[in-house]
Amino acid sequence: MSRREIPGTARIRVDQKLIANMVTQGSRVIDVGCGDGVLLDLLVNELQVDGRGIELSQTGVNTCVSRGLAVVQGDAETDLNNYPDDAFDFALLSQTLPAIFDVKGVLHELLRIGRYAVVSFPNFGYWRVRTDLLFRGHSPISDNLPHAWYDSPNIRFFTLTDFVCLLDELNLSVQQIVTIDPNGKAHSRKKIGHWTNLLTEQAIFLIGRS
Amino acid sequence: MVAHWPATTALNHAQTMTNQQPNGPQNGGAAIAVTPTAIDLPGHQLVLGEDEPLRLASGQKLGPFTVAYQTYGNLNAAKSNAILICHALTGDQYVAETHPVTGKDGWWCSVVGPGLTIDTQKYFVICINVLGGCMGTAGPKDIDPTTGAPFGLNFPVITITDMVAAQKLVIEHLGITKLFAVIGGSMGAMQALEWASRYPEMVFCAIPIAGAARHSAQNIAFHEVGRQAIMADPNWCAGSYYGKNVDPERGLAVARMAAHITYLSDSALHRKFGRNLQDRIEITFGFDADFQIESYLRHQGRSFVERFDANSYLYITRAMDYFDLAAEHGGSLPSAFEGSPVRFCLISFNSDWLFPTSESRQIVHALNAVAASVSFVEIETDSGHDAFLLEEPEFFRILSGFLRGAAEQHGLVGQAS
Repeated sequence: MSRREIPGTARIRVDQKLIANMVTQGSRVIDVGCGDGVLLDLLVNELQVDGRGIELSQTGVNTCVSRGLAVVQGDAETDLNNYPDDAFDFALLSQTLPAIFDVKGVLHELLRIGRYAVVSFPNFGYWRVRTDLLFRGHSPISDNLPHAWYDSPNIRFFTLTDFVCLLDELNLSVQQIVTIDPNGKAHSRKKIGHWTNLLTEQAIFLIGRS
Repeated sequence: MVAHWPATTALNHAQTMTNQQPNGPQNGGAAIAVTPTAIDLPGHQLVLGEDEPLRLASGQKLGPFTVAYQTYGNLNAAKSNAILICHALTGDQYVAETHPVTGKDGWWCSVVGPGLTIDTQKYFVICINVLGGCMGTAGPKDIDPTTGAPFGLNFPVITITDMVAAQKLVIEHLGITKLFAVIGGSMGAMQALEWASRYPEMVFCAIPIAGAARHSAQNIAFHEVGRQAIMADPNWCAGSYYGKNVDPERGLAVARMAAHITYLSDSALHRKFGRNLQDRIEITFGFDADFQIESYLRHQGRSFVERFDANSYLYITRAMDYFDLAAEHGGSLPSAFEGSPVRFCLISFNSDWLFPTSESRQIVHALNAVAASVSFVEIETDSGHDAFLLEEPEFFRILSGFLRGAAEQHGLVGQAS
């Protein structure tokens, strides 16, 4: 299969590769907030998934469709309710959760339309984020959090531990946790302790229904 | 408040129309045969419904009747590279060549051709003049063999379903079991949706552009204005103007002028014409075409009547009005696509107020509800509904990208003829 390189599109991020590892070959997948379709393209072409995408930005959607992906313009908060129960094996939410208003509602929808949800997000409990705020007195800006406070799409600032607590509260079953350290190295975790929260830049959760 | 107009408030001509239906929906009798008027046009003609007449949505039966179509490119050995392009209300089968009547470029010359977005070196492109049309396919100007005179308003009322059913017969005649793509804008989008809904096993991907799953009240209203303009022309003669050396061309021109406004956007009109005066430096205090926009619309009206039959305009606008895909499926649009294997790509234009993005989005939601494969893009342009006929680089980029992806999935990669 020939790989089409679209000029100007981002390369595959480490969290996207790890998400791909959690997805079963040939499964039905929806990528919610699929951006310019890099992950979806990878899944469709390498794992032969039946892949769909939703993306808020029109430029992202246009790029996806022009690279042959089944992507619609839509909002994770309002448009997931159009899909039937169990439409997908995996519902992906990659780096989009901090921008979600109704976090519980979206998690509920992901696990209604998908048998599993795969969620990746930047960890606000990472020590550099903490020291930025503590010593520099500035909201953190990093590779994972590239926006200034005034133009960030992120409205939810939560830590790895926060997220584990939420899943616990919602009684959802955590199937797999992979954390990524500052060197880009992935670690499979059974539990999230204080040190993991401190040393993890981003995390990926494979979540099942309660 | 809903006004209940008594039927008598309809214009007299419209009444004539309803009174003249000889074969009502109850009439399940003999099939209506259509003898084509002798015209010498390029392309193919096919006689259909000889052995088994086509059953129309109205309950009437049609056959034998003629369908005219044009093709570009070559059908591959596997017959897997066929693209059906469905034309819009006033379009025809001359998609990608000089139009035989007007001498101008075909309506999609910028999209269809060797090396273009719909590459005729890769794909076999078919476009069929719709039922009720006036470019070689059976329509109201053809001859009713039982009377020896043109049908006029005795021609049966046609629906989008009927148009697509006739197209299916042509596709089967060509030995094609599965179309790679069905593509159409406006009324063409309605046909693409109908194809995907009714014959999903025959369609690999469908690309409805600037379309809707039903004609809105506003759209029906605009069509009615056009029809009444035609019927108000004394030359219309209750639809039987053929052979009388008269033509309801003024009525048809007004219908075209009114419709043409709906194809454009306010900002595009302003950009192109503004309040500019036509060949004069000041207003004339009269009713001559002072403004460029007036002159432009008059020109649009005049040039349209040279190539279009007024009765065909009545029939085809009616077909669009009657289109309601959800109604065909018990009022549920998702049911129209239940279990569909078709890959959909919907495209709308943000300045299109005739078939606004909300109409496409409604289809997308219905497709999502049955977890169908769907891509949906809204293109930013100020060109209004007509954008699908114009040079829109972003539109072309998306169309070609989607087709390339679909071609890969359909196993058409690297197959040049």
